[in-house]
Amino acid sequence: MPKYEAVIGLETHIQLNTNTKIFCSCKADSWKVEPNTNICPVCSGLPGVLPVLNKSVVEKSVLLAAALNAEIQEKSFFDRKNYFYPDLPKGYQISQYDLPIATGGHLDIPLPEDQSSRVTITKMHFEEDAGKTKLENGRRLVDFNRCGVPLVEVVTGPDMHSADEAAQYLIRLRQLVRWLGISEGNMEKGHVRSDVNISIRKEGEDMLNTKTEIKNVNSIDAVRTAAAKEIERQIKVIEAGGEVEAWTLDWDEDTETLQKMRSKESEADYRYFKDPDLLPVIMDAAWREEILAELPELPLERRARFIEQYQLPVYDADILTNERSLSDYYETANAAYAGDPKRVSNWIMNDILRLINENEIPAGELKITPANLAEIIKMVDEKTINTSTGKALLEKVEASGKSPKEIVQAEGLAQVSDVDAIKEICAQVAAENPDQVAEYKGGKEAVMGWFVGQIMQKSRGKADPNLAREILKDLLAE
Amino acid sequence: MAALTDLTLTETVKGLRTGEFSSMELTQAYLERIDQLEPKLHAFISLTPDKALAQAKAADKRLKSAGDKQLPPLLGLPIAVKDVLSVEGIRATSGSRILENFIPPFSATAVQRLLDAGVVILGKTNTDEFAMGSSTENSAFGTTHNPWNLERVPGGSSGGSAAAVAARLAPVALGTDTGGSVRQPASFCGVTGFKPTYGRISRYGLIAYGSSLDSVGALGRSAQDLAELFSIMAGFDKLDATSMDLPVPDMHLNADVDIKGLRVGVPEEYFIKGIQTEVEEAVRAAVSELENLGAQVRQVSLPHTEYAVPVYYIIAPAEASANLARFDGVRYGLRVESEDIIDMFKETRGSGFGSEVKRRIMLGTYALSAGYYDAYYGQAQKVRALIKRDFEQAFEQVDVIAAPVAPTTAFTIGEHSGDPLSMYLEDVFTLPANLAGIPGIAFPVGFDSDNLPIGMQLMGSHFQEETLFRAAHAYQSASDWHTKAPAVG
Repeated sequence: MPKYEAVIGLETHIQLNTNTKIFCSCKADSWKVEPNTNICPVCSGLPGVLPVLNKSVVEKSVLLAAALNAEIQEKSFFDRKNYFYPDLPKGYQISQYDLPIATGGHLDIPLPEDQSSRVTITKMHFEEDAGKTKLENGRRLVDFNRCGVPLVEVVTGPDMHSADEAAQYLIRLRQLVRWLGISEGNMEKGHVRSDVNISIRKEGEDMLNTKTEIKNVNSIDAVRTAAAKEIERQIKVIEAGGEVEAWTLDWDEDTETLQKMRSKESEADYRYFKDPDLLPVIMDAAWREEILAELPELPLERRARFIEQYQLPVYDADILTNERSLSDYYETANAAYAGDPKRVSNWIMNDILRLINENEIPAGELKITPANLAEIIKMVDEKTINTSTGKALLEKVEASGKSPKEIVQAEGLAQVSDVDAIKEICAQVAAENPDQVAEYKGGKEAVMGWFVGQIMQKSRGKADPNLAREILKDLLAE
Repeated sequence: MAALTDLTLTETVKGLRTGEFSSMELTQAYLERIDQLEPKLHAFISLTPDKALAQAKAADKRLKSAGDKQLPPLLGLPIAVKDVLSVEGIRATSGSRILENFIPPFSATAVQRLLDAGVVILGKTNTDEFAMGSSTENSAFGTTHNPWNLERVPGGSSGGSAAAVAARLAPVALGTDTGGSVRQPASFCGVTGFKPTYGRISRYGLIAYGSSLDSVGALGRSAQDLAELFSIMAGFDKLDATSMDLPVPDMHLNADVDIKGLRVGVPEEYFIKGIQTEVEEAVRAAVSELENLGAQVRQVSLPHTEYAVPVYYIIAPAEASANLARFDGVRYGLRVESEDIIDMFKETRGSGFGSEVKRRIMLGTYALSAGYYDAYYGQAQKVRALIKRDFEQAFEQVDVIAAPVAPTTAFTIGEHSGDPLSMYLEDVFTLPANLAGIPGIAFPVGFDSDNLPIGMQLMGSHFQEETLFRAAHAYQSASDWHTKAPAVG
């Protein structure tokens, strides 16, 4: 059997996190809202209503376009995409067709060993979402709450060659939209929905064969699974001497199966034309500059800078730049600490990340501030507290919101580094445990760990364990 | 004293203010006249006497209790509203079975501004279904008859409003003009009607037909009356992205409007073969009258006029094919139940729409289809730009353009109904203004030998409505065609 290569392109709809819908003043977010309660005459398509563009949709899309290195168009248009469906109130969807907000661009996907692959972006446009239909007891029910929710669609070239690559692209795209603060990027809520275009060819060939399109794949994992299944199906068809037909397929999330929706011949003619109810979007230099002033350093740029500037391992840089608020947290803590950047990274990756995961909040919403963290690491460095006290202190700061110093003082957590005081405890422990002293002296050095434990216990954790070990060694050697 | 229903808007408002009569008396007078003549004319689809009387009663209370200055400008004035404009709580059928029982939960911006100005709404006037027609014969609720001759059409699509104003069933009425639907019925019924510049009066609440052409206008007895309405309805609306944020002149036209030096253009392309001789003569005479009043008349050319009909009958149906897609039986209006959702759409639309609406939906769908778009819709847009440029060039030379409104006076009911194309050709003089987005005003300038009114229109440059109102008012100050009333019967 010859080796096959997949050719994959994605059309991804990202739900923008604007306050209101794209063309009316209803709230954009109707997650878990009673059906048909977040609607108005405009988004439910009553006769005589008109759409009025929410500027914030343009601004958020332009940020994404810039981050994807796309060319932002000075003049773009809205078009009507005509088709009948019960969840489409106007009988057309307002979208952008041949003159969208941005064209061209790319997203780089980092690969191991400093490699990266580039996915080209062919175009980006905004559009309104449709409602939802479901069948219940033989009745078709429609919820219009989602109508008019703003989406930005990002269309790639046929640049990905495996299901996993497609998933990697989506992971980076989702990271980017969250980083830019333009979408929650929440999969469960369907904020990142993709149509997956797939064809296959023999490895080494460069032609594009007939493709199929899988509609409405609502998570990254689902894209990976659905694409893998479709690639496998197409290979089987070819191997059996058949031909891949230009089908549109539906991905059933529950059964993880692909179903044929229609073949190419029966595809709708959407009869696009410019929507006369909306003026063209004029992106003049002033507006563009105003928007792009908010464009932050991007995740891959920051990742590279962390490696360069802080000498962090790729692994650390990857994790720290996964989310913007975490990477901001790192940089602020690092600046406050003004010491070894790797040491701060270790504390964040081991301990702060745990707090973030346990509390399910972004780094920026932790009670323990980057300055608090820096302070704790310094106290450990200066041996005011030991490492385990430091870790316990993190949790206490997070729980109470008090400063580390306050807690250390109030609870008397400061480490005992007073040689005389520790000597006294050591002598006491030695006197109380003659058997262990004999074992140690008999050559069983492992007992030392047990001794240190006893000392820590007696000092209620405050003794500097390294100092205790030295003193005890001297004492027992006498 | 003349009957209350014979007063102009200006006289009516003055009478209400001075307490000469109450809004109740006035409204009742109109309702009685409607009772008497409506069986002959069928100008209304819905009458709302109870609401009207309640509004009149409230208006009277305010008129009595408040000092003059705090009162809204049109307090207590009855009006009629074309049924394609939404009025909260009153059904808006658009002349269609598919919306026979649809009651809008909000009012059109233009209507709301008039309500805020204190008007009383008598009812909703008849219209060709979704404003698609030039005779009001395409209404699902029956034809309106021309008050000057009941065998004749009132024009359309705002035929109900034109007939109502002509027959003194309302002092003024709102209409809409997508391809001449205010100006042509005004001309056929011997009343004054204006369409504003596209973007001047909000389209919010106008049940859309051709979105790039639709405009809200009004019909009344004089330019002076309509100028008052215009000043109230016009202006930016945040609910309509195509409405322009420009200052609106606050027009109160008085007797001594001067048009000395006004440059009036007469386009040769509007005096074509087939135009009724009496129409041409009356319009030329009216132009001479303007000249007598001090205007400078010169010939202008609008070379692409002949393409207006084909261009319009591609663009308007194309937009309509999308605008009317929302009538699917899912959320409101008629629903014909069926097992399958696609069949439900088909059955609902099949029985809800009339034949002219179906014809235009099919025309528009075809013009937008893959493989035909460039040859039809794309090409039509290019020619539209040329028509627009014709006007821009003409308005470099003149302030207003004077032309006939329609090639003939009101035709007989049924005359064109078997031949849609001959009906479309009736629109040849009114379509260009919509395609160019410019304002126009139509007013009576004579009668033909059958005693049917003849209208002339003035067209102006974008947002120059005031020039049009002033010119028409100057003409009306020097003539009395607009004061003639039909003897209905």
